[in-house]
Amino acid sequence: MDSGRRAFIRNAGNAGVVALLVANGFLRPESARAALWNKPAFDATSLEEALAKVVDGPLTEGADVTIVAPDIAENGAVVPVGVIASMPGVESIAILCEKNPHPLAAIYDIPAGTLADVKTRVKMAGTSNVVVLVRAEGKFHMASKEIKVTRGGCGG
Amino acid sequence: MAKPMKLRARNDGEITDVRILMRHDMETGQRKTQDGDLIPAHYIQNVTVRHGQRVVLFAQWGPAVSKNPFLGFKFRGAAAGDRLEVTWVDNKGDSRTDETIIA
Repeated sequence: MDSGRRAFIRNAGNAGVVALLVANGFLRPESARAALWNKPAFDATSLEEALAKVVDGPLTEGADVTIVAPDIAENGAVVPVGVIASMPGVESIAILCEKNPHPLAAIYDIPAGTLADVKTRVKMAGTSNVVVLVRAEGKFHMASKEIKVTRGGCGG
Repeated sequence: MAKPMKLRARNDGEITDVRILMRHDMETGQRKTQDGDLIPAHYIQNVTVRHGQRVVLFAQWGPAVSKNPFLGFKFRGAAAGDRLEVTWVDNKGDSRTDETIIA
């Protein structure tokens, strides 16, 4: 069967393939770096700007997105944030902290076979909404949750 | 020199639960020394997790991910005894790869 080839076509342009090309010496690391890391989105200094750089499809408020995080974080340097998305066909999950100097914290590609269930710890400059964007079947689902931070995570 | 990661992967017969603890300063580039000099940004930008040839998770990170980052996720299609490989690359081009056997 040609399933291997089909999988390759499906994933073409996807980061895994880029990483593979780098590993095999087909791509120079500098050019690959740009393909692997969304610099404009990470450099964005407001939530609106960051969302504009990440969202490239229709956007809805999603009840199917659950943010697992504390209501109050004592230490803004280490705030556990988990995301569980229950809709089918999840392709990627982005985590943003609205009041941070650069709101975008992380983007996860979720290949077929991987569950839409990721956990990370992020820094928060202060009390703020954590915004999660889930891309599924070309559509974006957004959810947010306010986390009160008693000690900011950007100072010393 | 990059320090080793702590990896744990456990399969329950269907789903493999992966927990990764990396050791990295994740310096934001916003902090200053006591003399007022900016400490340059130094943080992991990409994390790739592979089960054999298959990429099971790919992450892009900014400096807002906490120091000594934790990453947890779940995937299907692996069995106990399989190898799992994790690679990170930071903004200075340093990288580290570690692997574990799924329990």
